Parts: sequence; C-alpha cells; structure tokens
Amino acid sequence: MEKKDVPQDLSSLGKITKELCYATDESGKYTTELSRGWDIKISALDTAWQDIKDRVALARELVLNDKASPILFFMEKGLMDIGIVSAYTGFWKWQIKRHLKPAVFKKLSDKKLQRYAEIFNVSIEDLKSMNVHED
Amino acid sequence: MKIEFDHLQAAHCETGVTSSLLKYAGIDKMTEPLAFGIGAGLFYVHIPFIKINNGPAIAFRTLPGWIFSKTCHSLNIPVIRKKFSNKAAAASFLDSCLERGQPVGCQVGVYYLSYFPKEYRFHFNAHNIIVYGKEEDRYVISDPIMETPTTLTSYELERVRFAKGALAPRGQLYYPKEKVLLTDEQLKRAIRSGINRNVRNMLHIPGSIAGVKGIRYTGQQIKKWRDKLGLHKAGLYLAQLVRMQEEIGTGGGGFRYIYGAFLQESYSYYPNDQLLEISRLFTQAGDTWRTAAIQAAGIYKGRIGSQSDFNVMGDYLLEISELERQAFGALSKIKWHS
Repeated sequence: MEKKDVPQDLSSLGKITKELCYATDESGKYTTELSRGWDIKISALDTAWQDIKDRVALARELVLNDKASPILFFMEKGLMDIGIVSAYTGFWKWQIKRHLKPAVFKKLSDKKLQRYAEIFNVSIEDLKSMNVHED
Repeated sequence: MKIEFDHLQAAHCETGVTSSLLKYAGIDKMTEPLAFGIGAGLFYVHIPFIKINNGPAIAFRTLPGWIFSKTCHSLNIPVIRKKFSNKAAAASFLDSCLERGQPVGCQVGVYYLSYFPKEYRFHFNAHNIIVYGKEEDRYVISDPIMETPTTLTSYELERVRFAKGALAPRGQLYYPKEKVLLTDEQLKRAIRSGINRNVRNMLHIPGSIAGVKGIRYTGQQIKKWRDKLGLHKAGLYLAQLVRMQEEIGTGGGGFRYIYGAFLQESYSYYPNDQLLEISRLFTQAGDTWRTAAIQAAGIYKGRIGSQSDFNVMGDYLLEISELERQAFGALSKIKWHS
C-alpha cells in the first residue's frame, strides 16, 4: 500500500487516536503514516455489533417467555460466553448452565446472585428484573 | 514518580512494547519492524471446530509474549517475566520496578480498558502496554496503539491485568533484565535467525491449518460457508475474519507491510538485493489481503452474496497463500555470505 492510499475514514477509534500504518513512499521505501480509520474495518465492527444486538434481543425474548434466566441476557450483553462467566464468577460451567434455567435461577441465594451481579456491573434487583441502566 | 521514557506509537501492541523497552535498555537501533522480524511475528492459524465470539477461530499472530521473548532470546538479552496469583503481590512488584526506574511491559485484557472506545472492548486478553510511572493513584501508561501516553487508576490497571477468559494475563509483566550493549554482528545474527524461524513457522509447521497451508485451508472453507452456514452467518464469519485481520493488533494486511519494512531494514545489515525483491512480495501480499477484505465487506454489507462472490473471496486467500509460499521460499534460499 502506498502512503497516499492509507485510508482516512473516521472510525470510533479515530476520534480518540489515529492508528499507525506502514506504507511505501513514491520510491517504494517503507515509511509510516497515521490513519483515521478504514471504512471496511468500520463496517466489519458494525456487523459484529449488530449481531450482538440481535443476540441480546433474542435473549431478552427468551427470558420474558420464561425459557431462560436473566443471566443469559446479561451474558450476551456483556459479550461473554459460559467460559468467561465461569472464569469471573468462579462457578463451574455446569453450574452456570443450571443457573440459566429460570426455575433454578429463582431459587438462587443472594450470595450467589451477588457474584453474577458483580461481573455484570448491576444490582441484584436489576439482575432479577433484567433492568439496564445505559452508561 | 515518572520515569524518563519516550512514548512511541506503533502499528502493533507487542512489537511496539518490545521495541520501546529494548530502546530503553540501550539498543538505539531497535525499531518496530526489527522487533517484529527478529521475533518472527508473522503467523497464521485457523483452528477448526473452535469458535471465538461465535465466529471462526483465526489468528494472524503468534501467542502473546512470544515476540518479546524470541526477540530478546535472539539478541541474548536476559528477560524477567512474572505471573501472579495474588493481586496485591502483582501491584507491589510493579511498584517496586517503577521505583527502581524500570518501565514494565504488561499483558492486559481490553474489555475493561477504560481509555479504549466501547466499540473495541471485547474479551481480548492479548493486549500489551508499558507502565512507566505512578502519580498518586494513577499509573502512567504508554499504550503503543495510542498517539500519546495515557493513565489508569490502580483499580483499573488491576482489573485489566487480571482479566479472565482465554489467554488470561494473570498479572503478567516482563522487561529486559539489564541495560545492554549490542554489536552490529549480534543484530545481524538475530535478523537471520528471526527470518529462519519465520520461514519454519509459515512453511514447515506440520498439518494443514497453520502457516501458508492454513491460509489455503481458510480459502477453501470460505467457499463452503455460504451453503453450510447460510448467507447471514457466512457474512458474520467474514466480518470476523476481517476484524481479526485488520483490527485486532493489525493482523493480516498490516503485518505483511511491517514484514516488508523489516526486510528493507535488514538490507542495511545485509546488502543483498533479493531482500528488497522479497520485501515487494510481502507488500503485494498485504495489498491482496486488503483487496480480500474489500470483497468480504461487499458480502457482509449485503451488497453482493452469490456463490461466485464467495468463490472469488476464497480464491483471494489461495492466491495469498501461494504468494507467501513463494516469498518465504525465497527467504529460505537466501545466501547470507558474511
């Protein structure tokens, strides 16, 4: 890529910092250039976030229909999978899979709920009611 | 307290941390491309049957920490590297380094990295930063991706150093043990060994999912994605490929350009015209990665999406695989005569 072709499409990262790119000058020698972002990358990231939104919406449906516990909703919202939830909470994966069932979730002690509430950055009340405070 | 330390922006976090720390240790000639080449940073692997963020598990890089370790090893520089199970111990070790005037490289997760834009904060644990000062409760941070130095509170730093999930950093920190004097002869030897190691990683890794064969494997898989996954999911997979390639640590295209720059810099130590020619091959490979990304974007944006569009996409990767096979093949045959 030549220096003059380094894309300058403003991305959300570009608002905070420009990215350093290696590119060639007219004589073919490598040098560096700052980039504000690249449309192709921006749309790849947008695509990923649209998918996350879809998954969160689906999870919300499942919880409202009593097919899953709110843990699923907050897990999707936090871009987590069971492995990550397990690593942060200290629960085993099979325990989390049980906690994803609404009937099991309803009987969880506050102590256990607190461990979930902490990694999702919500209160126990909000965890139970699927309440979200947008930051 | 703040150490006299020059923040340098880089294209990739770990090579940036490596070159900055080595510069600080007295190797003025160290640059990001040299660190990348000597550390044999170019890699590719596509692990089947495993999903990351609900998409394909593709990596354009070696394991976190490798570039720093390999570069220092090749240059005969002793390294201190520590992991911690105890958060307080991790913080007090870091503080004691800073008090001694030693800037420290830290592996961190980006999910809780407060100065990153929210859109970029996935559970990705292989980011690298340098901590080089502490003022009251704020640590002074040189993040090679950022244009200027930044800060984190001690709570924020602890959180990212102890991020959980795949490749959890576990408080890992590292730095060169002492100041060093490096001869040109040592640097030349390190360049050669870095190139040889990278040739081995890209051409001779057994199996068909890593190195240039891995790129070919992905190319062949892509052609099947449309039928196997449906158009929507196949588009998500391609978006993930592009993000791994261009976004997370500059990956694919960007890495080829850094490698091209490395070969040009090597030319000033080994004036062999072949190095310049092979550098052009890597530029071409980088350009083709970017062309492939544009094709992928057409698909995930929904502008195109026929089977033949997927075939074109897959063929780009086959073409890249062949290009890089040639480039590394030529590197493996270079006569170093010195």
